Amino acid sequence: MGEGLSDQSLADYAGVSAVAIEGVTKRFGDVVAVDNINLDIADGEFFALLGPSGCGKTTTLRMIAGLEFPTSGSLRIFGDEVGTLPPDKRPVNTVFQNYALFPHMNVLDNVSFGLRMKGVEKKSAATQAREMIELVRLDGMEKRKPSQLSGGQQQRVALARALVNKPKVLLLDEPLGALDLKLRQDMQHELKSLQRELGVSFVFVTHDQEEALTMSDRIAVMHDGKLLQVGTAEELYDQPVNRFVADFVGQTNLIDATVIDDEMIALANGTKIKAPNPYPGGTKVAMSLRPESISIGAPEDVPEEFRPTSLHGVVQEMNYLGHSHVYTVGVDWMPLEVRTNATPTSIKYEPGTEVAIWWDRRSDWVVPDEGYSS
Amino acid sequence: MTAVVDKPTEQARSATPEFEAANERQKRRRGFLLALPAYAYLVLFFFIPLGIVVAYSFATRTRNGSTSLSGWNLEAYRKLGEPIVSDILVRSLLLAVITTVICLIVAYPFSYFLATRSPAVRNLMLVFVMIPFWSNFLVRNYAWRVLLGNDGPASQLTQAVGMGETNILFTQTAVVLGLVYGFLPFMILPMYAAIERMDWSLIEASRDLGASGFQTFRNVALPLSMPGVIAGSILVFIPSLGAYVTPEILGGGKTTLLGSYIVVQFLTARNWPVGASVSTVLMLVMLLAALAYFRAGGRTL
Repeated sequence: MGEGLSDQSLADYAGVSAVAIEGVTKRFGDVVAVDNINLDIADGEFFALLGPSGCGKTTTLRMIAGLEFPTSGSLRIFGDEVGTLPPDKRPVNTVFQNYALFPHMNVLDNVSFGLRMKGVEKKSAATQAREMIELVRLDGMEKRKPSQLSGGQQQRVALARALVNKPKVLLLDEPLGALDLKLRQDMQHELKSLQRELGVSFVFVTHDQEEALTMSDRIAVMHDGKLLQVGTAEELYDQPVNRFVADFVGQTNLIDATVIDDEMIALANGTKIKAPNPYPGGTKVAMSLRPESISIGAPEDVPEEFRPTSLHGVVQEMNYLGHSHVYTVGVDWMPLEVRTNATPTSIKYEPGTEVAIWWDRRSDWVVPDEGYSS
Repeated sequence: MTAVVDKPTEQARSATPEFEAANERQKRRRGFLLALPAYAYLVLFFFIPLGIVVAYSFATRTRNGSTSLSGWNLEAYRKLGEPIVSDILVRSLLLAVITTVICLIVAYPFSYFLATRSPAVRNLMLVFVMIPFWSNFLVRNYAWRVLLGNDGPASQLTQAVGMGETNILFTQTAVVLGLVYGFLPFMILPMYAAIERMDWSLIEASRDLGASGFQTFRNVALPLSMPGVIAGSILVFIPSLGAYVTPEILGGGKTTLLGSYIVVQFLTARNWPVGASVSTVLMLVMLLAALAYFRAGGRTL
């Protein structure tokens, strides 16, 4: 079975991660910034590190870049251990949060900087830099200083400056944080298409869950230095592993509950709800229910099949958002958020109206009641 | 009754360009009044004496050593071309340049070190830098004389390590040593300010883009800290060029420098026009240096 062996090694080769993080911990004095994380980022993947500020996502990125060194653990880029290599010896480049463009150089010099430092001859460096400047659609701006550019243009220069070095992995630290909403959305599309065009892995740090969901192939959610969950946008949104992820990714109603058996849970007020779960009876859990998964209607209108997953309440507040109505419905022990599409024919429920809310059994999700909740 | 009603109407009249201009004029006048004491001081004790010096540089020395202000001429300036004076000029310039370069080399790494410490350590070390200013400059120069003397600590040290006696007192080496010691803080402070202000993410960006530590220093850190380097250099170069106390005390008057030469012209040789012309030239050199600094875009003196 000699062929089997070579197949195996081929598979091994194809399976080399762009970035492989194994048991990496980073301490700053007494503070554990990154706590024993394991992470594999595939070649060509658009990967987001998502979490609130101080969760360790930027530290993780900086360790990949070589701007911080891990306290312990192994960090490999395309199979090569890089744990203690300085940044200039790594095949990665970074787009910094504030862009960090050299203020004393014009756009062309900024973009060709990396090539020049590697000893690429001036003319050829300028040619390559010009191509990259064109790719980010800044042609004609070569002679401008960074201070003469808008935020969006500076962002593109930072991108070009990193990409011109043909990094194997591009690291982006909150690259869109300083841009206004419209520009940010444009840049999201542009980054995404640029990544597809180049086929290089992008590792992207953000605290904006919407940005992470829109752009990434896979997302890692971090909190307090720990990696909580890695998965696609759908996985994180539909099957969060705990309360924190459920709450941080998207908006949700978290209802405290106790497991009765593997089919049923009891909500805080004693209402029994059908919710399949893997936890033993008596476990404290939270049921995550997305506002858009909930239907609202008159108490007598609850369809028969949704009876086991329905609650009665009173509309406390209604907000009109153009495309949707957002209701706050008080069920007797807590307020729940319900979002319905707003069409000219949809019925509105004014505050004070008694209503029933119900949902499809497949759209609730039980998470262990652990970790932080905001 | 009408007066009471009229008053607010008058205050609330609508704004006009004339009103705006008058307001602007008033603001400027207030600013001028605030600066008046400083202006008066400068005119009285700086511009007028300066004018007198420049005027005397065109005057004539009479046979009995007094100065005749009648008959303006360039005789005093012509004297600067004579080898004895131009030697002094060149030597002073050279010494000032050497002092500045040594200060630069010593101060840059130190300022860099300082700027990368925690704020508490930084402030403590800045106090150390300033401590010498708490005692008199003259006293400190005499202290160096003791240190560098034939049987002083410096000599004892070199003898102890078997390098023989050091006899650098009353040499140009001693003068440079004294000047560097005296003016180093003037190099450190603006340099530290410039480096401390630098955006450190630029250093990281440079390393990230593949530049080595040295390449980063050469292409990013140094250009960005240039305002501090230039400011410090000028603050050291200018007083070094005209230094009088240190060359007198540590140089032992063996090698004449500009400062001493000027003093001699005024007090001993009683040739005021020459003293004045040397002073004027010195001032011009310093002015040029300062202009060069401002042209280079620095603003922090």
